[in-house]
Amino acid sequence: MLGRTANGLFWMFRYLERAENTARLLEAALRMALTRDVVTAEAEWRSVIATLGLQSAYQAAHDSYDGTAVWNFVLRGPSNPGNVRAMFAGARSNARESRINISSDVWEAVNENWMRIDRLLARPVGQTMVGEVLAAIRRAGTQVHGAFDGSILRDEGYHFARAGTFIERADSTARILDMKYFILLPSLSYVGSSLDTGQWEQVLRSVAGARVYSWLNAGQIEARGIVEFVVLDDRFPRSLAFCRNALRDCLGALARTHGVEGSAVALMREADTRISHLTVDQIFEQGLHEFLVDFLARNNAIARAIAEDYRFHA
Amino acid sequence: MQARGGNFDEMFDEAGNTRPAYAEYCRWFAEQPPELMRRKNREADDTFRRTGITFNVYGENEAEERLIPFDMVPRIITASEWRRLSRGIEQRVRALNSFLYDLYHRQEIVRAGRLPERLLRGNDAWLANMVGFTPPGGIYTHIVGIDLVRTGPDEFFVLEDNARTPSGVSYMLENRETMMGMFPDLFSRIGVESVSNYPRRLARSLAACVPPAFTGGKPTVAVLTPGIFNSAYFEHAFLADQMGAELVEGSDLRVTEGRVQMRTTRGYKPIDVLYRRVDDEFLDPLTFNPDSVLGVPGIMDVYRSGGITIANAPGTGVADDKAIYSFMPEIVEFYTGERPLLPNVQTWRCADKDSLAYVLDNLAELVVKEVHGSGGYGMLIGPTSSKREIAAFREKLVAKPENYIAQPTLALSTCPIYTAKGLAPRHLDLRPFVLVSPEGIDITPGGLTRVALKKGSLVVNSSQGGGTKDTWVLKD
Repeated sequence: MLGRTANGLFWMFRYLERAENTARLLEAALRMALTRDVVTAEAEWRSVIATLGLQSAYQAAHDSYDGTAVWNFVLRGPSNPGNVRAMFAGARSNARESRINISSDVWEAVNENWMRIDRLLARPVGQTMVGEVLAAIRRAGTQVHGAFDGSILRDEGYHFARAGTFIERADSTARILDMKYFILLPSLSYVGSSLDTGQWEQVLRSVAGARVYSWLNAGQIEARGIVEFVVLDDRFPRSLAFCRNALRDCLGALARTHGVEGSAVALMREADTRISHLTVDQIFEQGLHEFLVDFLARNNAIARAIAEDYRFHA
Repeated sequence: MQARGGNFDEMFDEAGNTRPAYAEYCRWFAEQPPELMRRKNREADDTFRRTGITFNVYGENEAEERLIPFDMVPRIITASEWRRLSRGIEQRVRALNSFLYDLYHRQEIVRAGRLPERLLRGNDAWLANMVGFTPPGGIYTHIVGIDLVRTGPDEFFVLEDNARTPSGVSYMLENRETMMGMFPDLFSRIGVESVSNYPRRLARSLAACVPPAFTGGKPTVAVLTPGIFNSAYFEHAFLADQMGAELVEGSDLRVTEGRVQMRTTRGYKPIDVLYRRVDDEFLDPLTFNPDSVLGVPGIMDVYRSGGITIANAPGTGVADDKAIYSFMPEIVEFYTGERPLLPNVQTWRCADKDSLAYVLDNLAELVVKEVHGSGGYGMLIGPTSSKREIAAFREKLVAKPENYIAQPTLALSTCPIYTAKGLAPRHLDLRPFVLVSPEGIDITPGGLTRVALKKGSLVVNSSQGGGTKDTWVLKD
């Protein structure tokens, strides 16, 4: 497989995953804004922009954190080059680059979803439409993954695509968790108090884990349990542990196919020795924020090493 | 369902009776509920959009990808008509290849006084560094598209030779797939020659042209595309996919150890045969356009030393020149010793004084084309142009007469297309695709039928709003 094509597959799935995660984040914020007072709602929209790292671009275009302004900025804002519409264009253009290494089913799923979402985002998204638009974005990822699982040869292309998915998902989950913890809960004394239950629930919603967490914990919402679930529970497909296991499998399979272990495997091992066997108490002890910052840096370094190992670029 | 007076209609004769080739199709059509046909027509558009069969139009903002409209009424050719056409096409392609070999070697045809030397000197597509070099297998034109037009029951003419990089074969294939998906019953009723093995035939044909440096095993074939923004990117990806070849861009390639190699996830790997869809001038920045980022620095040196096969060979564009075209009858005779089986359209070379005078006197009746032009750009269609357009064109023509040829406005045949108001005749042409390898000449039974969608229009180019039809060659 060409290095450029491997890069195309990797990024096609990163963009799809990023779009899906962004939609979940907005859905959770929308729900919170609808059920809380104006001040909380504004804080919530502010945290969406902060989680996505868009503060300066947003503030250059808007004075206040109003829901319609925020979701339009995130979904289709012209002064936000990383908007969701552009993510889909990016996913599709990477799919076109990798056209001969994906099946027609996958290509058509990407192309059809791009057409639908591009049309939905061609005009400003109002209150009545936003739910439908976010659901369509979420479903796009699901459809492509479905077509992918059912039709793609399990060779290196498959592993590059999955590596892209899990690098991006881990990045997103870690950012959401960090933002809630770091911005909304500046002091550790809040942790565990009844005041912040809503905020912690919001973390679960943003990573699509509210229902399953609640089912596992008989409806008990508390910080320690949620961090344990989102970071360490390797049964939950959006947890950091799950993403890490999946990425480890991808790198292992690539190393076997190529008959050589790259620098990404070494970085992965180093990261594993640091965090395997960690308990949630130890994480709180070293500081959740410090833990997450370290996690994000290592995750990025592994992504760069994959690009290097497999000659994504000339 | 009425034939239109004046032109030859391929479906109906002058009395309005169905011609034999279309008899069974028309019976089938008459049985279909009109509402069903309307629905199928809408579906066809969706199918093409979903599968992403698009082309890009240069010079259009925003709308970077467009669909080539597909018409669901097939264009039908009988087995005996096809046999005649194939013989003519094969003869012409054989002559083209011999002609190119001769041009880059002894130039016997010039020595014999049958072709003026100035046509070579003034030809932009002429490549001096191909002189004296023989491509692997002696093949210059691995893939050729011959554009044919029809004016009567037995009157077929060659309108253009596409020896450089003929495009459109993916539409031939996808149009058939779409038709079979939409009307499976039609294909069980009527025996139509298959076109679907074209990519396999192309792969075999290319693999038969390995360069001297080929080390054995399975030849590595790659398709070179300018990238996803090129108008024919869909076709490049489609062909690579169907052939099981890599789809490469200039940035994937580099020259090392005397070979052109592509950057894979496992390191660099040599390419044996490169089916390039990049024009000569962009192929090698060291040899041609130094600003090109689409090509591979040094590929021409590798080519000349036997490290790679380039299909089609650089320098074949000479034969696409419309001034050269006007000599094709002589060229066919010179190299095959036979009379041409397929006639040319009568052509005036404006470089000749007498011809120019005639052309200037008759601009309103003629079609005038640039000798190096393609895609329907830069041409004048006298009968459908305004006085002002003709006057403007006259100035260009007088300023540089050797840049133009003129042809009569042909009474192109028509075939009905499906419209909201029923079947309506439209003008069309035909591009069959021909593969050339040391194993022989292989013509796929069918081709790309391009059809003007506007009533009375003679311009069928997709860049100018033309559409396509599935092309059937009937089984005997």
